[in-house]
Amino acid sequence: MALAADTPKDSFRLSMLIYDTRFRAITIQVIVLILVLLGIGWLVNNTIENLAAKDKDINFSFLFSRAGYDIDQQLIPYTNDSTHGRALVIGLLNTLVVAFFACIFATLIGVFAGVLRLSKNWLVGRLMTVYVEVFRNVPLLLWILLAFVIFSETMPEPKDFKTTQAMVDAGTTPAAQMILFDSVAITNRGTNIPAPLLERPLGGTEAFGVPINFSVLATLLVIAGSIWVNYLVRRRAKAVQEDTGIRPVTWWKSLLILIAPTLALLIAMGFHLEVPAFPMGENGVSKGFNFVGGINVAHSFTALLIALSLYHGTYIAEAVRSGILAISRGQTEAAYALGLRPGRTMSLIILPQALRVIIPPLISQFLNITKNTTLGVAISYLDLKGTLGGITLNQTGRELECMLLMMLIYLILSLLISSGMNVYNTAVKLKER
Amino acid sequence: MKKSVFLGTLAATTMLAGFAAAGTLEDVKARGELICGANVALTGFGAPDAEGNYVGFDVDLCKAVAAAVLGDASKVKYVPTTGETRFTALASGEVDVLIRNSTWTYSRDTDLKFDFVAVNYYDGQGFMVKKDLGVSSAKELDGATVCIQTGTTTELNLADFFKANNISYTPVTVGDDSEAQRQYEAGACDAFTTDASGLASNRTAMADPANHIILPEIISKEPLGPVVRHGDNNWGDIVRWTYYALVAAEEKGITKANIDQIAASTTDPEVKRILGLEGDMGAMMGLDAEWAKRAIAASGNYGEIFEANIGAATPIGLARGLNAQWTQGGLQYAPPFR
Repeated sequence: MALAADTPKDSFRLSMLIYDTRFRAITIQVIVLILVLLGIGWLVNNTIENLAAKDKDINFSFLFSRAGYDIDQQLIPYTNDSTHGRALVIGLLNTLVVAFFACIFATLIGVFAGVLRLSKNWLVGRLMTVYVEVFRNVPLLLWILLAFVIFSETMPEPKDFKTTQAMVDAGTTPAAQMILFDSVAITNRGTNIPAPLLERPLGGTEAFGVPINFSVLATLLVIAGSIWVNYLVRRRAKAVQEDTGIRPVTWWKSLLILIAPTLALLIAMGFHLEVPAFPMGENGVSKGFNFVGGINVAHSFTALLIALSLYHGTYIAEAVRSGILAISRGQTEAAYALGLRPGRTMSLIILPQALRVIIPPLISQFLNITKNTTLGVAISYLDLKGTLGGITLNQTGRELECMLLMMLIYLILSLLISSGMNVYNTAVKLKER
Repeated sequence: MKKSVFLGTLAATTMLAGFAAAGTLEDVKARGELICGANVALTGFGAPDAEGNYVGFDVDLCKAVAAAVLGDASKVKYVPTTGETRFTALASGEVDVLIRNSTWTYSRDTDLKFDFVAVNYYDGQGFMVKKDLGVSSAKELDGATVCIQTGTTTELNLADFFKANNISYTPVTVGDDSEAQRQYEAGACDAFTTDASGLASNRTAMADPANHIILPEIISKEPLGPVVRHGDNNWGDIVRWTYYALVAAEEKGITKANIDQIAASTTDPEVKRILGLEGDMGAMMGLDAEWAKRAIAASGNYGEIFEANIGAATPIGLARGLNAQWTQGGLQYAPPFR
């Protein structure tokens, strides 16, 4: 008599890779992975072969050769004798400085507009709606071009600020005048602002080709110290308030601590402002082509900054609005029941909770701002795309190397920003126990 | 996942397609059309006219090459390229030949893997300023703002010139001629620098040409010429000798008008060789016997092309100068057709 069927042996057959659901998923993944790797391998191989066919190689040594071109905006010293590598750094710093300020301004504008859009005041609310919808729905490039053209076409030329012999004879003044107590001149090329100068600077040194200014360092240290001492004072005031219910008066202490040391240091170093002006010739006739002295902020920078801030400010405004709307109405009512005024309800109750919702979209806006700085190429802003991906690429003919390097740098930059913001996100998110 | 593989393949195929194998002549013949890298808009050298047809000094050389290779001067497709995009366009095979005011330099010839086959215009870099600026020499430009096209040799010459004279400037880098012109006219820069021929061309396109002067200093040598990819020597020969056929035609007095008459009556052996009446010059390059005759008939000889597009009678009004025939004290000199 035959026994009941044998228990099936746990043998493995090749067909199980397809028909057995336990293996099928893995099979598909392995196949796809192999295909992807093959595809990548083929792309790399293809590139190398084609380069070889054109007698070219991949070589980054151009980064150490003389650049030979000039850059108008430089945060660290650079001349045309510097290397292409240093031009890359100049471009990267230009990218970072515009991205940094654009992130700050876009956040300020965004929070402001986002909160006001929910205002009970009909006019204010509608105005913010118009701002958000108009700026968000027109391409960023157009805003950049518009901002730049407005500056370059409507502002007076530098020569309009000059005093000519004829003006001296006739006793008239130039067609264009400086603003803010004759300290700032806006021309069609840039904004000339006063430069801070020191009579008795503390000197400086250089590390890795980057100059380090001790005066600036000392000032920053003093400011940081003041803020820390002020924090101690406030903490003590809070402790006293907890104990006795009476908060000691601290505003004059804070004011003194925050301002006095910095002021004393600056006076000790002989701080003064150098106002931009045309060089004077004989009889009060101005010479030269441009303002000399002070700092010249090119309109390519200003226009890019304004356009980026206003455009991305709308997205941040929407993120802020959605964050606020996500907080239950009960929170507001509870705050009102405790007698808090609407302003303090917003700053103490709603915004801190809304931040949890706002931060993730904010991170992506910061990333977008950083990447969108490359659009500055349209108005000749020499950022990383303008130096490494523009002039260096053209003068050396190393397209592949420059492009790869540029992509790598933007990738690293984005990853750094997003990991930094993620740390902040972890700090503000709801702590669940 | 699968999508990315597909896209990757697509990208790779595009790259492969973009890389034209050695044999540009076969490609052009098979396509029935010459793709010529031209200027975006530089009046007189290469710019679309009112009907949108490309005309100019460089464009006529494209036509001559098309006539020599394909037998029809109109079978040319012009791809507008900027100072920034031109060499990538040539290297990637997007264009067959680049005839676009490009300066022959050592590193472009060697490191960028191109061949400059001839010099069709001997030029030098100059400066243009507005008359009311009160400047009569480039050395007085200390502290000025200068508009400069990016990706050009002029960018580097400018830096060298100011350094050599120990004066300073602020660069405004722009993408192409028309943008440079706009910025210069709007007063965003005091001076505009590029090849002297380019300045003359740009000046004619301005609203008030009389109010702009070109300063006397020529600060560099800018030999401009047609460029082909390194490695395809036969194609390089075709472009080179088409150009020299135009130069030799001027030297021999062959014009667009009298070419048939000369072909019928000439006794000069070199003219016979050029016009394909004797020997097998065309076959040596893979062309037929009458290639040079068609090239000359397309827009005329070198002198005719010069005078028609940029010569003294045109608004651009350039003198032959260095670009006169060697017999007239210039540098244009065709090697013997033998």
